[in-house]
Amino acid sequence: MSTESPSTIAKVLKPTILILIAIVAISSRLFSIIRFESVIHEFDPWFNYRTTQHLVKNGFYDFWNWFDEKSWYPLGRVVGGTVYPGIMVTSALIHNVLHFFNFPVDIRNVCVFLAPMFSGLTAFSAYLLTKELKDSSAGLLAAAFLGVAPGYISRSVAGSYDNEGIAIFLLVFTFYLWIKAVKTGSAFFGLLTALFYFYMVSAWGGYVFITNLVPLHAFTLLLMGRFSNRLYVSYSTFYAVGTLLSMQIPFVGFQPTRTSEHMAALGVFGLLQLYAFAELIRGYIPPKQFQTLLKGGIAAVAIIAAVGLTILSFSGVIAPFTGRFYSLYDTGYAKIHIPIIASVSEHQPTAWTSFFFDLQMLIFLFPAGVYLCFKELKDEHVFIILYSVFASYFAGVMVRLMLTLTPVVCVSAAIAYSTLLDTYLETSKHVLAVTSPDATAIAAPVDVTPEVKPAGNGAGTGSKKAAAKAAAAAAAAAKTPAKSADTDAKAQAKAAAAASGKKRYPIFNFDSRALVVLQLTWFLFMFAWHCTYVTSGSYSSPSIVLASRQQDGSQMIIDDFREAYYWLRKNTKEDAKVMSWWDYGYQMAGMANVTTLVDNNTWNNTHIATVGKAMSTSEEVSYKVLRQHDVDYVLILFGGVIGYSGDDINKFLWMIRIAEGVYPNDVKEANFFTPRGEYKVDHDATKTMKESLMYKMSYYRFAELYGGGNAVDHVRSARMPAEGPTLSVLEEAYTTENWLVRIYKVKDLDILGRDLKDSTAFDKGKVRKVSSLKRK
Amino acid sequence: MNDIKTAANSLLTAYFKDTPKSLKLIDSYMVYVLLTGIIQFVYVVIAGTFPNNAFLAGFISTVASFVLAANLRIQTNPKNASQFPTTSPERAFADFLACNVVVHFAVANFLG
Repeated sequence: MSTESPSTIAKVLKPTILILIAIVAISSRLFSIIRFESVIHEFDPWFNYRTTQHLVKNGFYDFWNWFDEKSWYPLGRVVGGTVYPGIMVTSALIHNVLHFFNFPVDIRNVCVFLAPMFSGLTAFSAYLLTKELKDSSAGLLAAAFLGVAPGYISRSVAGSYDNEGIAIFLLVFTFYLWIKAVKTGSAFFGLLTALFYFYMVSAWGGYVFITNLVPLHAFTLLLMGRFSNRLYVSYSTFYAVGTLLSMQIPFVGFQPTRTSEHMAALGVFGLLQLYAFAELIRGYIPPKQFQTLLKGGIAAVAIIAAVGLTILSFSGVIAPFTGRFYSLYDTGYAKIHIPIIASVSEHQPTAWTSFFFDLQMLIFLFPAGVYLCFKELKDEHVFIILYSVFASYFAGVMVRLMLTLTPVVCVSAAIAYSTLLDTYLETSKHVLAVTSPDATAIAAPVDVTPEVKPAGNGAGTGSKKAAAKAAAAAAAAAKTPAKSADTDAKAQAKAAAAASGKKRYPIFNFDSRALVVLQLTWFLFMFAWHCTYVTSGSYSSPSIVLASRQQDGSQMIIDDFREAYYWLRKNTKEDAKVMSWWDYGYQMAGMANVTTLVDNNTWNNTHIATVGKAMSTSEEVSYKVLRQHDVDYVLILFGGVIGYSGDDINKFLWMIRIAEGVYPNDVKEANFFTPRGEYKVDHDATKTMKESLMYKMSYYRFAELYGGGNAVDHVRSARMPAEGPTLSVLEEAYTTENWLVRIYKVKDLDILGRDLKDSTAFDKGKVRKVSSLKRK
Repeated sequence: MNDIKTAANSLLTAYFKDTPKSLKLIDSYMVYVLLTGIIQFVYVVIAGTFPNNAFLAGFISTVASFVLAANLRIQTNPKNASQFPTTSPERAFADFLACNVVVHFAVANFLG
């Protein structure tokens, strides 16, 4: 047969292209390793890495029951119960499998390369998802887009060992399985959806997105009058199994029965049960009697539901939304009520430029793709529309939710792009064949089972004439002996076009076709170039090792963080307690192996505020706090020497704000601003500012670096006073090469029982002033 | 009220007349599961939810069994055959078993 030769080629080509896409996706994430080294990045990954090490070393049960006394001193943290264990278990599993086959891979390398490996799988699931929506050529495009889109790369470069690395794969794959389940009405696919949902729950807090989007899809279909038994089967299997499974994760626990985030899913589940029951009864009795029964039933259900809800909400069984979710609906909420959430930069609203930066041309194609989904509007297209609407909103609210938007943008952009290509690449012969009256006969040799299912659905509910027509056409096609089981993309598109009965006019002119196709190809080149540029320039920095260009163009590596942590590891007692702002807690625990007071798991606001208080009050007040918490060392970041803007003085306002929230008597934000409302560190700095421990630690001996004059803070471009601050309760323990990290040791109480201030003054040989004696 | 009575009567007669035996079997199983669930719920209202996980495991086990049986009923119903072209009754039963294995594995884990 004539159709056989292209399909054979397609059969070989598709896997090859997919493998190539996976290779590109993986290799474009390796910039950081080539440029720096195979190292864990940033902050949260260090915690994941540390727990993975624990898991590999001590086994699963020990990990599950792990009480970590080295963090949140003196409270400690129940790690097993407060963590999403998915990523750790995944890497430990990979590690153990590799070791079983005698590949002695270090666990660090498994962790470093986990996210790139999963990005290959993500691309593959994008292919599957888009294939369900349009055809496999669109699927290939979607896979290629998602493989290199910076919006996803930003969270999945090598070394970025974070939950999102595997969660995006799980998100896309769960959605694919869900769509497959709705299309086929198979309980098996519903079960698979639930299982992958479980994996997702174990991996990332963003599982709530699935928990709400899938019920929303089911609910919308219900409202559109598209209830079908397939929907019932897929949704109830997914919900019943998925919810039960999700409760097996200790961190999630009973939340699915309590919190409002999960209630929508429960409500839709109940609604579907009632609806299906009503449908069942409708099958048995005449319509007139059915209406009477229905009215009675609705009244009864409404009364029961109202009473039940009132009782539950008054008795407090259903918990209100958590703060992080309020901040999703009201962007100003977090700033006012929960500074700890607002202080995280990735929780800030997205700037419009970052949409272009992260998605480039996809952001233009995205609305077009959504429009094309509206045109088709089968069950699965409704899902994509809902997904795009909600993901767009959330991406606008929070920078890091750009991540959930990226897959749907890639999918719909691929649909738009491939529709354009279909239109402009189609040779006249094809189109004429399609528009000819016996179109189904030509399309017949293709296996059209995928078409039969959705079409049957449309016919069953009688919602659309076109769908019914499609069903008839597809059924006719199916009846003819369809032996070749290939699902060749173009032939299928033809069949779909034929089935929908739409006339498509070919574009005959070679020049207009060439113009558009060339332009589209050019866009692709630009896109690939942009993605590589963004990935290498912005998203591949490990942030624990910094690189800067010197004036002659050579690269300078700034490795102060690891220098400081290494010093801590080697020079402090095993149980030394080191206080720092919470940002560095995970890194210190992971790299320096010391006990920390607060870390990036910001579960206890009061404890963080206590650290904030110790940083922002004067030495005397702060010393009490330090002694109470057995602090041995204090670690701060200071970027003034090399101009590193993410240092503690710049974060200081957040410390003050968070501290003020808990200790309003000790810390006042207004006192840190000059009368003109400026945040200054130079001569104009307020007295409170100059006396605060953070200021003193940052600028201690800073002026000496400049030989006593012209000390300039390069971050805040401030000319510092020649006379720097003095410290009496702390002593400098270590300062790194570029002054980026400074470690101070907390002094013991004076042996002679003096005030530490006095004893320091005495040691310096200063004579006490008579006035101070008199005051005593 | 009278209308509802006649409607219910005709529903019952139609049900007993038109339903295949296998579906009736599934229906009786579903009624049994429903009753089990209701008994558990009533018990919890009277005696309290402690231990919560055991209650949830038991209750969700009934809910899941119920909907899985409903799935089986829908998929094996000859009237719905056109909606499930790829699902034979045997396949539906296999799915039912697979789902039940997963569910009760989780239930057993959750009970303890």
